[in-house]
Amino acid sequence: MKAVRVLSPTGMLGAGFAQSTVDRGLELGADVISVDAGSTDSGPHYLGSGTPKTTAAAVARDLRVLLRAAAKAGIPLVVGSCGTSGTDSGVDWVAGIVEDILSEEELDLSVATIRSEQRADFLKERLRAGAVHPLAPAGALDEATVDSCTHVVGMMGHEPIEEALRAGADVVLAGRATDTAVAAAFPLMKGMPAGPSWHAAKIVECGGQCTTNPRTGGVLATIDQTGFTIEPLDPDAACTPISVAAHMLYETVNPFRMREPAGELDVEDATYTALDDRRVRVEGSRFHLADQHTVKLEGARITGYETMSFTAIRDEHILANIEAWTDLFDKVFTERVAQTLGLDGTEYSYDLRRYGYDAVLGALEPATRPPREIAVMLLVRAATQELATAVAKVANPLMLHLPTPDMAYLPSLAFATSPAETERGPVYEFVLNHVVDTRTPTEMFRIDHRKARSHD
Amino acid sequence: MTDQTTPTFGDLALEVRSKNAGPFWVTMELFMRDEAGYALAAAPANVNEDVIAALYDVRAEDVQIFRIPALNVVKISFPRPVSQGGLHDRDVHAGQHHVPLAALRAAPPEPV
Repeated sequence: MKAVRVLSPTGMLGAGFAQSTVDRGLELGADVISVDAGSTDSGPHYLGSGTPKTTAAAVARDLRVLLRAAAKAGIPLVVGSCGTSGTDSGVDWVAGIVEDILSEEELDLSVATIRSEQRADFLKERLRAGAVHPLAPAGALDEATVDSCTHVVGMMGHEPIEEALRAGADVVLAGRATDTAVAAAFPLMKGMPAGPSWHAAKIVECGGQCTTNPRTGGVLATIDQTGFTIEPLDPDAACTPISVAAHMLYETVNPFRMREPAGELDVEDATYTALDDRRVRVEGSRFHLADQHTVKLEGARITGYETMSFTAIRDEHILANIEAWTDLFDKVFTERVAQTLGLDGTEYSYDLRRYGYDAVLGALEPATRPPREIAVMLLVRAATQELATAVAKVANPLMLHLPTPDMAYLPSLAFATSPAETERGPVYEFVLNHVVDTRTPTEMFRIDHRKARSHD
Repeated sequence: MTDQTTPTFGDLALEVRSKNAGPFWVTMELFMRDEAGYALAAAPANVNEDVIAALYDVRAEDVQIFRIPALNVVKISFPRPVSQGGLHDRDVHAGQHHVPLAALRAAPPEPV
């Protein structure tokens, strides 16, 4: 092949895109459709619990359009980081949605799934072999941390996806994968050079984000032997050298260097040239193969259970004295928890947030003007849900009636809901920021070729 | 010297934004309006590792700054001070943490 055209309809499966964006991509001769279905960006809950952020109906709507398009054009569809976090449950969830659509639409497509969840035994064996290394700012990993995780996934590179495609899969549903591997796998398999393939993959990973109107449809990248050309699929949007180059800044620590399992993308000397008013040519991207292929781990564990309570203050005297009110709250609350539940500060923790005042930035807040109202959110975390709720309920009379120290009467504050407390269930934290030295690029991933239901 | 009449970087920028770069890092960008604004934002006297460390209460040696004249952009990355999604994380996507940077006032270049 002289060139490979990658159609990226959206930055997130389930976010939605117009049918016309995909139609336009097929008209332009797309050779593959790639779409990312996951991210860590919304926090550790999704990996920790193995549940998706997106709703099934939205994912099914997008997949129906993409599966029809793939079948019509006879081109593969690659979906990465299925189910938000790429756990095995996320892959199974998307695979179930795909099976239903293939059956309903009578589409004859073969489906491969790639699992990326990692067993603790395997990780501990690699840890003992000295094959697990921290990434800044993490420290060395220990076995107890591995055991504490509810789910651990490895971020696959292009290699397992390429293997599934070579084996004949029409649809590849990958567990956790780098955002770029999803789009880079097919052009790499077709012999396109690594620099342009990975750079194009980074540019298209968020769909229309690299255009002048990120809310419109997706983009098409045409990768060839010397570089790639990028164009938006919405006729009213444009890619400009600035909009394309600026996308390298998005969610990256370093805008010039990006590590992948197989090596490092280097765009230090890349040039961005306008071909016309909506297409950009990119050349000079390089990819340096690493001496050691590595797979990055993501893991999450339960840190406790939370209960949230929420009240609001409009009284101008309390607003003017909110620091004194907060100090009094902290004092009375911790005393009452000790007095009634017999707990000291080691058995629970809490965060009192003053929305409208300084909740978002805390001590970093530069503004000094008095707010019109303040919403007070109390988050209590403890080892069990029952305990977290018990502590939050001790705060209830304070969130209703606590005055400032100089007030001679009890105010009544504005609870937002009844009951005031909401149980948030288990809460999680990301604990792994480490890479594993692999022996083969595919050893940590498991490919299954599933037959479409229409074959049964 | 800067005072309240000195423009902030936010005043001189097309956009100032912040976002997670993975679960353990924050990154933010000053997209300056023109070369003059870029010159102020890129001047090490105005934006350097120590300024960012003081502004965000992080360690100066952990701060990475990228000055990109072709885009009139200064990009700043540092490890997330608070664990993402944890009890004390008030900005899960770190999408509002550009505000202190945008409020910073640029000292005009010293006359030569």
